[in-house]
Amino acid sequence: MNAAPPPERASPAGREAPRSSVLVAERLTRRLEGEVPVTLVEEADVQIGRGEFVVIRGPSGSGKSSLLYLLGLLDRPTSGRLLLEGEDTSGFDEDRLADVRLAKLGFVFQFHFLLNEFSALDNVMMPMRRLGRLDADARRERGLRILRDLGLAGHEHKRPSQLSGGQRQRVAIARALANDPVIVLADEPTGALDTKSSGNVRDILRELASGQDRSIIAVTHDLHFASAADRQIEIVDGRIVPTGTMATLEAAAAAAKAAGTQTGAAPAS
Amino acid sequence: MSLHLDIAFSHLRSRRRQTVVSLLGVVLGVAFFLAVSALMRGSELDLVARLVDTAPHITVYDEYREARPQPARLLWPEGAVAIRGVKPKAERRGIRQYRRKLQTIDAIRGTQAAPVLVSQAIFSFAGRDEAVTLSGIEPARMKGVSTIDEDIVAGSLDAVDTNPNGIIIGRALARKLSLEMGDTVSVVSPTGNVRAMKIVGLFETGNAGYDEGQTFAQLTRVQALMNRPNVANLIVVRMQDAYAARTAAAFIERSLGYKSVSWQEASKDLLDALTVRNVIMYTVVGAILLVACFGIYNVISTVVLEKTRDIAILKSMGFHARDIRLIFVIEGAVIGIGGSLLGMAMGSGMMRAVEQVEIKPPGSTESITLPIYWGIDQFALAAAFAILSAVFAAWLPARKGGRVQPVDILRGAA
Repeated sequence: MNAAPPPERASPAGREAPRSSVLVAERLTRRLEGEVPVTLVEEADVQIGRGEFVVIRGPSGSGKSSLLYLLGLLDRPTSGRLLLEGEDTSGFDEDRLADVRLAKLGFVFQFHFLLNEFSALDNVMMPMRRLGRLDADARRERGLRILRDLGLAGHEHKRPSQLSGGQRQRVAIARALANDPVIVLADEPTGALDTKSSGNVRDILRELASGQDRSIIAVTHDLHFASAADRQIEIVDGRIVPTGTMATLEAAAAAAKAAGTQTGAAPAS
Repeated sequence: MSLHLDIAFSHLRSRRRQTVVSLLGVVLGVAFFLAVSALMRGSELDLVARLVDTAPHITVYDEYREARPQPARLLWPEGAVAIRGVKPKAERRGIRQYRRKLQTIDAIRGTQAAPVLVSQAIFSFAGRDEAVTLSGIEPARMKGVSTIDEDIVAGSLDAVDTNPNGIIIGRALARKLSLEMGDTVSVVSPTGNVRAMKIVGLFETGNAGYDEGQTFAQLTRVQALMNRPNVANLIVVRMQDAYAARTAAAFIERSLGYKSVSWQEASKDLLDALTVRNVIMYTVVGAILLVACFGIYNVISTVVLEKTRDIAILKSMGFHARDIRLIFVIEGAVIGIGGSLLGMAMGSGMMRAVEQVEIKPPGSTESITLPIYWGIDQFALAAAFAILSAVFAAWLPARKGGRVQPVDILRGAA
């Protein structure tokens, strides 16, 4: 990792070249202990290639966000292991995981989650300041450039409250990119945006993956958004299911509804 | 660190009113802590200074602290010896060879000593008899150990040297007996000797009992009057450092054998009372500061609750629990340090104001000002106490903030 600006990351081989896996999850399971134990994610095997744009889809409560938190090292699996750039993260303590997140991962959430007391530029520079790899001038320069690349020139010194929803989400993306991460993880990044802003955010993420060779993992149930991805992972009841299952389920549910049956449960596939 | 500071200040700014209120709490706490402790310490020092000034730092008496051991006990220390009805050996009282003993005391660094022969005497004048205390002194040495020289209002202490028949009495006594400077008075000693003495000096200490009952004459003259040549019955010692009197007294007692009493020992009851007073005072003013720090606990708890989402963002970004704790502890420390600085300024103002107050005690002609202690140590104590309590008050919510798990917050928000 270095301070190289994002465009230089573009691999000359392009998207068609065989990709090395950046992130490998093996039989990831996350169970919430309690009086009634809940399994959020069960034995998920995931591989994310460098520069790949992957969308995780699933019905609400399917565990797609939980899977994203596991892949983003925000949560720790009950069992299974996760390799980031070939490094097994199982034994890492909380601080070590935080360091990895800081240097290699970037997050975008459904709600922009910016610090309201700080300007857009200050929000973007925050991860850089915490990492301390760049000096003050370089941080500022990089922050301004990222914001400009995302079409936010002129808004650098505005507070989040002075920006529109789409602009805030772009600032959040800029912040996710601050430390030049290997992977950007997005949890329903367009969930709270109108159609136009959604398209904008989708295009930006698409561009980050293809143009900058950065892996993108996004959780969504927006089909239009999902269509921009290289690959879709579908998850139902905490388990990864073969692609297309959801369409089958939805069709079946629609058919059942049309037939006037009162059964709300999905038929077994 | 500057990043943590920025975030800490942004939190304090976002809750400006509460921050100002908790800051004011610390300011008032520190200011009152200072004003009260300055006044209490000031009056304590004033009291001790009076004590130290008027009484000798060490008084060596012509007696022993312990009764002399009986020979039978010395011979059979383990034996079952019981002795009853012991009558002490009659001996001539007084410190003999006091000159040599003075040298021993003089050898201790920072001491001055003066021999005194104190006895009772009767003043006989114009048909009135008045019992007085007659102290035989050496003026040159006495000046070094007592402030009596400063209280002379007529004549001088040295006059008893130039006129061996001279005597110095209190102005109150002179007034009582209608005596004036230069008058002659008959002094009768307990041994029956009578001598006419001339008043060569008057003093006024302000202590009525002392001014009416104390008289001074030359040591050799008093020795002759009392038939006790070459004897003193007190050695009065003054030290440069009054607080070293305790150890010096112990040393003198060890080397001379005579009972030596330091001023601390002589006024032990008073000093104990002062200690109790100090404990009460610091407890009360400390409690004020503690209460002030509850304000800090309050504001930082609120910020932690309010900024849970921000904490989750920062932690998901890669901040450690330690960073989060540091941010909130900084907030407490900022209030503590800011409050201490402003509080010290305000406290100084209050101390200055109290110092201007003049009080005229009833019956006294001169007005007195309240004593204020300006020592740096109480400023340091107030600031240290305020900052430590502030950091502690911040630490509790800070720990809670550090424990926030981003996933819990994200799950709740999604």
